[in-house]
Amino acid sequence: MSSWLQHLPILPVLLPLLAAALLLLPSETRRRARAAMALTATLAQLAVAIVLLGMTDGRLPPAWLGEIGVYALGGWTPPFGIVLVVDRLAAVMLVLTAVLALATLVYSLARWERAGAHYLPLFQLLLMGLNGAFLTGDLFNLFVFFEVLLAASYGLVLHGSGAARVKAGMHYIVVNLVASLIFLVAAALIYGVTGTLNMAELAQRVAALAAGERALFDLGALLLGIVFLVKAAAWPLNFWLPGAYGAAAAPVAGVFAILTKVGVYALLRFATLLQDVGAPAPFGGDWLFYWGIVTIAVGTIGVLAAQKLVRVAGFLVIVSSGTLLAAFGFTGTTLTGPALYYLVSSVLASGAFFMVIEMAERGRTASADLLAVSFEAFGLGTKEASSDHPDEMAGAAIPAAMAFLGLAFFSCVLLLAGLPPLSGFVGKFMLIAAAIAASPQAPLLHAGLFGAALLLSSLAGVIALSRLGIRVFWDTERPTPRLQWIEAAPTAALVLLCTALAFGTGPAMTYFDATARSLHDAQAYVDAVLPGAGAGGTE
Amino acid sequence: MEIVLALAIGTLAGSGTYLLLRPRTFQVIMGLSLLGYAVNLFIFGMGRLRIGAPPVIDAVRGSDPALYTDPVPQALVLTAIVIGFATTALFLVVLMASRGLSGTDHVDGRESEKS
Repeated sequence: MSSWLQHLPILPVLLPLLAAALLLLPSETRRRARAAMALTATLAQLAVAIVLLGMTDGRLPPAWLGEIGVYALGGWTPPFGIVLVVDRLAAVMLVLTAVLALATLVYSLARWERAGAHYLPLFQLLLMGLNGAFLTGDLFNLFVFFEVLLAASYGLVLHGSGAARVKAGMHYIVVNLVASLIFLVAAALIYGVTGTLNMAELAQRVAALAAGERALFDLGALLLGIVFLVKAAAWPLNFWLPGAYGAAAAPVAGVFAILTKVGVYALLRFATLLQDVGAPAPFGGDWLFYWGIVTIAVGTIGVLAAQKLVRVAGFLVIVSSGTLLAAFGFTGTTLTGPALYYLVSSVLASGAFFMVIEMAERGRTASADLLAVSFEAFGLGTKEASSDHPDEMAGAAIPAAMAFLGLAFFSCVLLLAGLPPLSGFVGKFMLIAAAIAASPQAPLLHAGLFGAALLLSSLAGVIALSRLGIRVFWDTERPTPRLQWIEAAPTAALVLLCTALAFGTGPAMTYFDATARSLHDAQAYVDAVLPGAGAGGTE
Repeated sequence: MEIVLALAIGTLAGSGTYLLLRPRTFQVIMGLSLLGYAVNLFIFGMGRLRIGAPPVIDAVRGSDPALYTDPVPQALVLTAIVIGFATTALFLVVLMASRGLSGTDHVDGRESEKS
């Protein structure tokens, strides 16, 4: 039994790969069989992720020694082979991915899956890339998984086609292709200097570098940081995001909510591994802090300026990325735990929000969300209903669909803006409290800036969303949107999960604080991956 | 040899960057390809330049690592080439779709005001 469990860390990569391959076999017309396969695969991933979470937390007997699970691919002992590393952070990201994926997958089965070919295999490949990026302990392997998830996301962002999607998708693809090239340069530079790609061994070897080599390494790390900041949508590298997320199909935008967090995750992973040797600029410290603050500011302006709900949602994703970057850049380590809590809450809420928006705007006239502010002044007439949604009238109308949508929209606003009583508020409150409490070590100016940025971005979110929400929900001329249960249920589930997160803040924070502690104990990670290497490095 | 390689990488990267910033999709894809070549050469160079040293261990030569060049960058280049090839092909499809849908090869899907 335990020998089977030992292979658990590879399953989050293998399951979606297998599912994607199998999903290509039945023809597109056999919807039920394909849907069942995709659902089974995603459910299995969720189960595996939860078991891994239990194992890293010690709730379940772990299949490995110690807190951090290491899986050597092909049995090659590190540092020679590629390793997968399961620690608390990786496990929680896996669970988050699987939950969000399940919700968006169920949602897309109602209509969106039929808008184009190969949606389900691409979706599984995206999950494979995400899971792999969270698990891998090798720099070049991280690049490969980034490419896997990006290649799948290129396909998904174009899902449903149409001029707007192709245009936004093209910008998204070019930006990410350039970022990938920079990633390659960074990985090559780091390998050329340190002679290793294993992240644990890297952390060891950097300390022993000569000054000249260290400068080259810092250059490589700087490029790597820029790549991660592109993925994390930090300003000024984020102009692709609102366009791409706004144009993408709703469930795709929903699952993309976690894509920016991959960049944040990678930054955090490298920052904590390199902290003992003095991580180069983009990985922490004041640089990252101010970068995060500027990102929040730009995101806030975007939130206020945007005239379509999906664009507001896109800018809110940028704000949440900025919040996380500022929190990780904050002096001291006390903000890491609350930041992870905030990350989980904001990913679930943004995922739900993209789906709520699509449902709420269904059947609305195309011009209704343009110029929401100056609508009356311009006196725009009604135009043809937008036709880029397939099967407009599928499914029976749920009674009180508007009530449900209103409630879901309201909950998402509370979550994203950080108003009580849901988890968004708890997350932001804990972040600000931790920032103020850290004041003896950190300059008070930072705590003030951080708090002000968080509160102002919340205010802007409330203003923008209530303004556009009034347009959408208090529009008397519109027909009630038709929803299907399988569209409403996943959205409700995500919101309820956030509610549960708010009620279970105690246990959740125990876990996140333990995560933060183990993250900031980089030596434990190194020892787990390279047992017996000691602190001296292996030449 | 180093200076030739460095010049080659620099020329490729420079022209690639210039083309990448041009407004036509075809220029962008050429720019991406040139940048890809520059990056591949760069990765290759990171394994240090050596002449007459194979990367794979050969029974006749023996197992002394000094006789061989570093095989890892070559494996990395191979992966990078494959991925670059695939993404270029994919981008080509998007380029064609964009041309078909918008009727122009401008990256924004419409001609700029000036031209």
